[in-house]
Amino acid sequence: MALRGGGGQSSMLSAIVNRRVGLMVFGFAAAFVLWYASVNWLPFPAFRRLPDPAGVLQEWLSRDPAYGISVFTADYYVHILYSTYRATTAFALAVVLGVPLGIMMGWKKTVREYSDALLTLLRPIPPLAWVPLAILLFPGTEPAVIFVVFLVAFYATTLNTWVGVRAIDVAYFRAALCLGARPVDVLRDVIIPGAMPSIFTGLQIAMGAAWFSLVAGEMIAARYGLGYVIWEAYNLIQYPTIVIGMVTLGFVGYVCSALIRVAGDRLMRWHQKNIGAVRG
Amino acid sequence: MRSVASAPATAANGAVTVDAVGKVYGETMVALEDCSLEIAAGEFLALVGPSGCGKSTLLNILAGFDHPTRGTVTLDGALLASADRAAHPGPDRIVVFQEGALFPWKTVLDNVTYGLKVQRQTAPEEARARALDMLARCGGLDRVAHQFPGQISSGMQRRVELVRALINDPRMLLLDEPFRAMDTVSKGRMHQHLLDIHAQFPKTVFFITHDLEEAILLADTVAVMTTRPGRIRSRVAVDLPRPRHARMIASERFVALKEQLIAAVHEEAQKAFERGERELA
Repeated sequence: MALRGGGGQSSMLSAIVNRRVGLMVFGFAAAFVLWYASVNWLPFPAFRRLPDPAGVLQEWLSRDPAYGISVFTADYYVHILYSTYRATTAFALAVVLGVPLGIMMGWKKTVREYSDALLTLLRPIPPLAWVPLAILLFPGTEPAVIFVVFLVAFYATTLNTWVGVRAIDVAYFRAALCLGARPVDVLRDVIIPGAMPSIFTGLQIAMGAAWFSLVAGEMIAARYGLGYVIWEAYNLIQYPTIVIGMVTLGFVGYVCSALIRVAGDRLMRWHQKNIGAVRG
Repeated sequence: MRSVASAPATAANGAVTVDAVGKVYGETMVALEDCSLEIAAGEFLALVGPSGCGKSTLLNILAGFDHPTRGTVTLDGALLASADRAAHPGPDRIVVFQEGALFPWKTVLDNVTYGLKVQRQTAPEEARARALDMLARCGGLDRVAHQFPGQISSGMQRRVELVRALINDPRMLLLDEPFRAMDTVSKGRMHQHLLDIHAQFPKTVFFITHDLEEAILLADTVAVMTTRPGRIRSRVAVDLPRPRHARMIASERFVALKEQLIAAVHEEAQKAFERGERELA
């Protein structure tokens, strides 16, 4: 039975994957056609200035790019590394500080009362609004940009961790106490694993938000990085480079989020299978 | 009936006395009033009564999740809870929850060994061996030992949860409508399983249910609670022989007991219905 079930599952799985790949290719193709059409065929004068997909691709893969940025130039990778370094540093700081704070907020009432109102008030301030203050506060642009990115990622991690702790069914706490758990056992065996799915949701959001605010920060206050590339290319009328910067951002951001997802799936085998199992 | 032989003076084996317990929430919400109940060591007591009458409140007080506002609760002669002394939850009184509370992030085996682990009395290897042995004795559950709860059926989850409680050798088990959400067939199987388990491990059981047939089939004594404020209205001794079996439901004696209980419960349910009170969780 197990064998037959397994075979059925895998052939069904491959059918789903094939379908997904097919739809994905179709989606990309449609987007490219739309892009090409709006630049070359459709009567939108503003679009005429933009490069079409072929133009971007040509510049991107050129050994001797017209505007200095392609996969064959060292600068391209320097910018990617700068951006990745800032995003991951800020993200790591947000995780190291935000997850414990979120757990403490869910666990100890006093911590919650100290921080809840403060976070609620600070959170709606958009990252860009922090940029001037960050530049004044920190010596040099690097810490300023990282600080702004950190703030955004920090809210997402802290609040999602807290929500995760609050959402744990009270029966799990009671069951642990019945079985003789001490507070430290409850923290280790109920609060942390129970909040884990929500923590990882928070990390995904934080990583997305980190890239989002990073580009804003780099456009204003940096000499390197993909945000800088995009803004600088705009100022210098190097339109294909704008698109190269944007597509690269999308790709790097996706890889970062995917890494978090893979880490989460590995850490929460139970959660994956729980979703897969037929319930009720 | 079965547990008279034990020596109550020395052995700590789960005799409970609830004496004039009251529970008031806030200012006016009286959940329990003058509630008294004796449960003998090893007795299987089923508590029935209208929805929201305070059955779960009483269970929470026994478990130590809540404290009474009046009266006392003693366990084997020692004071467990009173108005100024809340009981702490602990492995001598283990609850099996209505919706099930196996930790979904731990395997079946890690769930079962959890109590032994956090009580820090048993070596991990011994805990594992005991858990596997006990799982095997409770219907061959050792074959799912390395699965996560989300991978096994709800009936199996409930059986694992019973093992997780029993391995700690508690003085009493507190079951809060554990089979409520199950279909009739699974429920019947769980009844038989619980009867077998109780014969194998004769613990004091405090079993909350709405289902009168379930109460009679399983219990030594069925206690009927009044509508809110909850008190014990009457006790019915179930004099059906053990081992019990589902076929007994059709026996004359069973039907007579059921009629007796229906009369008592319905009178209380009618009162609650007429007052239209909000149910108490």
